Amino acid sequence: MSDPVQISVRNLSVYYGKQHVLRGITLDIPSRHVLGIIGPAGSGKTAFLRTLNRLNDLNPDSRMEGKILMGETEITHSDCDVVSLRKRVGMVFALPVPLPLSIYDNLAYGPRLSGIRKRFQLDEIVERSLKAAVLWEEVKDRLQTSAFRLSGGQQQRLCLARVLAMEPEVVLLDEPCSGLDPISTARIEEALMTLKATHTIVLVTNNTKQAARVADTTAFFLMGELIEVGPTSRLFVAPTDSRTNEYISGRFG
Amino acid sequence: MRNTGERIVQNALMLVAFSALASLLLIAVFIFKEGLPFLLRTGLRDFLLSSDWRPQEGHFGIYPMIVSSLWVTFGAMLVGAPLGIACAIFLNEFVPKSVMRVTKPTIELLAGIPSVVYGFIGVIVVAPLIRSHLGGPGLSVLCAAVILGIMILPTVISISVDAIGSVPNSYREGALALGATRWQSVHMVVLKAARSGIVAGVILGMGRAIGETMAVIMVAGNSVKIPHSALDSVRTLTANIALEMGYATGQHRQALFATGIVLFVFIMILNSLAMAAMKKSVK
Repeated sequence: MSDPVQISVRNLSVYYGKQHVLRGITLDIPSRHVLGIIGPAGSGKTAFLRTLNRLNDLNPDSRMEGKILMGETEITHSDCDVVSLRKRVGMVFALPVPLPLSIYDNLAYGPRLSGIRKRFQLDEIVERSLKAAVLWEEVKDRLQTSAFRLSGGQQQRLCLARVLAMEPEVVLLDEPCSGLDPISTARIEEALMTLKATHTIVLVTNNTKQAARVADTTAFFLMGELIEVGPTSRLFVAPTDSRTNEYISGRFG
Repeated sequence: MRNTGERIVQNALMLVAFSALASLLLIAVFIFKEGLPFLLRTGLRDFLLSSDWRPQEGHFGIYPMIVSSLWVTFGAMLVGAPLGIACAIFLNEFVPKSVMRVTKPTIELLAGIPSVVYGFIGVIVVAPLIRSHLGGPGLSVLCAAVILGIMILPTVISISVDAIGSVPNSYREGALALGATRWQSVHMVVLKAARSGIVAGVILGMGRAIGETMAVIMVAGNSVKIPHSALDSVRTLTANIALEMGYATGQHRQALFATGIVLFVFIMILNSLAMAAMKKSVK
């Protein structure tokens, strides 16, 4: 029996001004599952992620059509409570963006927004999420120093930990390893493998090998269209579309 | 041939540039030359900390004026800083960029209104309001603070707008993606990142307020005394110089120049604080 569907996307189109960046995407993401999204630059991968937590709303020129259901909630609806949606759907960006606060306060930021004030609760959340992001051992003795003191790889894991502190159902990652060295990348992937037991993960990546390593299902985007989606083991061995084959064998993109 | 022309233009421009610098230097030298001997003769303590200002009898204590200047400046900050910062936040975070493109230059126009006009509005509008609602003479610390608070708005707003605008968008997105509301992302993240720039704006605004003369003469009431409440009439350092310079001679005149030195030092301190804050924000 397959997992229940966590997110279902129906005929989703997104426009930035006159630019048509996503064209009629239809896709199901089962819960506790890693969906890898691959595709060349400008293929709409990031736009797709930013639709899932409605971050596209920040761009006044953006417009969307179609429907996305997350569980029972229609998140594309104009009545959708965007703030609480973003608490359910965490996001890690391509460039690590620590907030200009201490390591501890970066992690406590989200929980504090949700009204958690008690010190022992916050301590507990901070420790748990740092451990989940495989960062605890490296920073446990300097939680009060500025987050900017961390290396790039550590900052990115901090951002992941910060998202986990919110206890989201879905974690979106937008090329989280694009600026990282192989060891930091391995740490992030290690964290993701553990996380998928409890979270639904959407991982956008420029690195097809990363998708092959981490994702259960992989989707290939090209020029705003979803070309092909299927189990990672099948897609990388026997893609049905010739364009997918060309991309994963490195002939373009 | 062309080379000679180049050189002439270059030298002419250099001359002009240096003349600006030179006039600044000359002003400083002149003030110090006129005031410093007096300061040394009277003693810094007697000059700064005595409350006795009777120039005809040879008593030159500017303590009341110093206190008044600080009160008025501080009051202007209390009025101008919250208004200006709130306005900067609103323009940066809550309205479309197109509104900002119209509003910001308009606010900067405020800086171009002659200070005598501000003073006039203070006398005609603000002072009577204070007199009828709060009592006292109307021309007071409060009145000066309100008028100066409005006068420093362009400084505070334009520097704060730049500081807030230079906070990377990724901070806002980072906070919003964690489920912050617009206001939570602003006050917990954006303001923290822009803090030093905003502080610099407020300090530069205070520098403007402490140096303002015309409007203050018109609205502060000009009695030489230490204010006990915000409704008291006061005379600031700048007002004192402007009011008495016309007829002062001898020691009296030197005392006014020495007052100028005190002002000069105050403004230098404020400007260096602002520059230090700016430098911090660049890092």
